Amino acid sequence: MSTTSTTSTTGTTGTTAFGTEEAPAADAPVTTARRARPGRGRKRLGPGRPVRYGWALGPLLLLAVWAAGSGLGLFDPRSLPAPWTVAGTAGDLVAEGRLQSHLATSAQRALLGLLFGVAAGLVLALVSGLSRLGEAVIDGPVQIKRAVPSLALIPLLILWFGIGETMKVVTIALGVFVPVYIHTHNGLRTIDNRYAELAETVRLGRWAFVRHVVLPGALPGFLLGMRFAVTGAWLALVVVEQVNATSGIGYMMELARTYGQTDVILVGLVVYGLLGLVSDALVRIVERRALSWRRTLAG
Amino acid sequence: MAAHAGGLRNTAKNTAKNTAKDTAEDTAGGRATVRIEGLVRSFGERRVLDGLDLSIATGEFVALLGRSGSGKSTLLRALARLDHDVAGSGVLTAPDHVSVVFQDARLLPWKRLLDNVVLGLDGPSAEQHGKDALAEVGLAGRERAWPVELSGGEQQRVSLVRSLVREPRLLLADEPFGALDALTRIRMHALLRRLCERHRPAVLLVTHDVDEAIALADRVVVLDRGRIAADLPVDLPAPRRHGSTAYAALRGRLLGHLGVELGETAP
Repeated sequence: MSTTSTTSTTGTTGTTAFGTEEAPAADAPVTTARRARPGRGRKRLGPGRPVRYGWALGPLLLLAVWAAGSGLGLFDPRSLPAPWTVAGTAGDLVAEGRLQSHLATSAQRALLGLLFGVAAGLVLALVSGLSRLGEAVIDGPVQIKRAVPSLALIPLLILWFGIGETMKVVTIALGVFVPVYIHTHNGLRTIDNRYAELAETVRLGRWAFVRHVVLPGALPGFLLGMRFAVTGAWLALVVVEQVNATSGIGYMMELARTYGQTDVILVGLVVYGLLGLVSDALVRIVERRALSWRRTLAG
Repeated sequence: MAAHAGGLRNTAKNTAKNTAKDTAEDTAGGRATVRIEGLVRSFGERRVLDGLDLSIATGEFVALLGRSGSGKSTLLRALARLDHDVAGSGVLTAPDHVSVVFQDARLLPWKRLLDNVVLGLDGPSAEQHGKDALAEVGLAGRERAWPVELSGGEQQRVSLVRSLVREPRLLLADEPFGALDALTRIRMHALLRRLCERHRPAVLLVTHDVDEAIALADRVVVLDRGRIAADLPVDLPAPRRHGSTAYAALRGRLLGHLGVELGETAP
C-alpha cells in the first residue's frame, strides 16, 4: 500500500493515487515546494546574520529595569538613586568641572599603564615566542606573576615606589602586560609551522619572516590580549585610586562613600562602565579592520 | 649553484669541493641541475633514503613515483633543504634557486594574492611580474583578493605562480594536485606543462598517480625502500593518449615496479 503511494507522487503517472486520500501522498508535494526557496527547511547552525545595534540591546534593557524600579518606588533612593538623579548629579559635577579633572587624571594613569604594559607584554611575547631560550627564561616568571594577584603586590609597590603616580602606573602596567603576553605568545606559538617552511623556501630573512609571517599571524592573539588589557587597565585603576589617592574617579567615589553620596558613587560606576565599553569597542573596531582577511562565525 | 650536504654529517670541505666542481661543470656545458650520490636520510633506526643516486638535467621534467612511505617526500624535503634535524649523509648538489609547490596551496591568509605571489621579492618590477604571472593563469584582476575567497584550484594556481615568478632553476612539487578534483586536475596538468615549457626549470614532481606522471614527465623514476627502483624515459608521441599501446606498456611497467600486477587492476 505505502509503496504505491510513494511512487505515484514522485512519478509521472500519479494522478490516480493522488486522488485517493492517502496521508503520504498529500505530504509529498509540500516538501518539494519548500525545497525551491533557498535555505528553507533546514535549521541553520551558525549564529546567523548580526542584529543591527544588537550591542546596545543588553545595556538599554538594564537601564530600563533600573528606571522602572526607581519609578515604581521599588528601590530605596538612599541605596540606589534613580537614573535621572544620577544624571542630574553627573550634570552638576560636570558644571563644577570636578568630573572632567578627575576623569583626566584617571585617563592619564590608565593610558600610561596601558602603554607600558602593552609594550612590555608584546616585547616579552616576541622574545619568548621566537626563541626557545627566550621562552625558557621568560615564560616561567610570567606564569608565576600571573598566579599572583595584582592587589597582593600593592603593599610591596608602595614600599618601593611610594604612594605617588609611579606606583599607580606600575600597578596598572603589571596587570596589563600579562594578558597581552599570554595571548600574543599563544598566537605566535600556534602559527602553522607550514608557514615557516614556506618562508624558508621563498628565502625570507629573519626580519622579513617576522614582518610577513610572525606579526600578522600573531595579530589575532595580540588583539584578543588587548581587549583583556584595556578592561584590565580600568579595573586596576579602581584599585589604585582607592588607595591613598587625592584625585581620579576612584578617589571621587571613595570620598563620596565617606559622605554617603550614593549618587556620586553611581556616577563613578557609570563612568567606569562607559570607559570600559568604549575602549573595548575601539579595540574591536581595530580588530575588524585589521583582521578583514578572516571569515569566522562572528562575520 | 651551491652544493649542500643536507643533514649534519657531511663536512664543509665536501661542500666547498662540490661547489667548485659544479661551477666548472656548468661553464663547461654540463647539464645536471641536480646531482645526488649515496644520499642517506634516517629517522631513528629507519633508513628512509638508503644510498640514493639521482640526477636531473637542466630543464628536465622528472616525475617521482613511489608507494607511501617509500621516501618521496623525504627526498623532496632534502632537495628543498627543509630537513633540519634529520640525520643523514651523502652528496647532494642542487641550485640555490629552488621553488616548492606543496600539496596545500599554503598561501598566507593575511596577505592579498599579489602580496602572496611576490612574498620575499623586492622592487616594483616584482609587482609587475606578479601581476603578469597571475594574468597568465587566468587570475587577472584578482590581485587584491584574499586567499579565503578563492576555490582550491585557484589557490593552487596562485601557489604555482608564486613558485614560478621567482624563475627557479629547480621546481619541486609535492603531490601538488592531490587535493584537487579530477576535472580541475586535468586543467592544472595542462597549465603546469605550459608554464614549465615557458620558464624551463628542471622539475621534480612527486606523485602517486601513474597517469599523472606519464602525462607530464620526460622521465619517470620509481622510488622503493629508499632507492631508485626504476628509471624510465617517457618517449611517447605528443598527445599522450591513454589508448595507445606504448602508453599501456609503460603504465604496466611502472605499476609493476610499484607492486601492482596488471591482473589485479584489470576489470
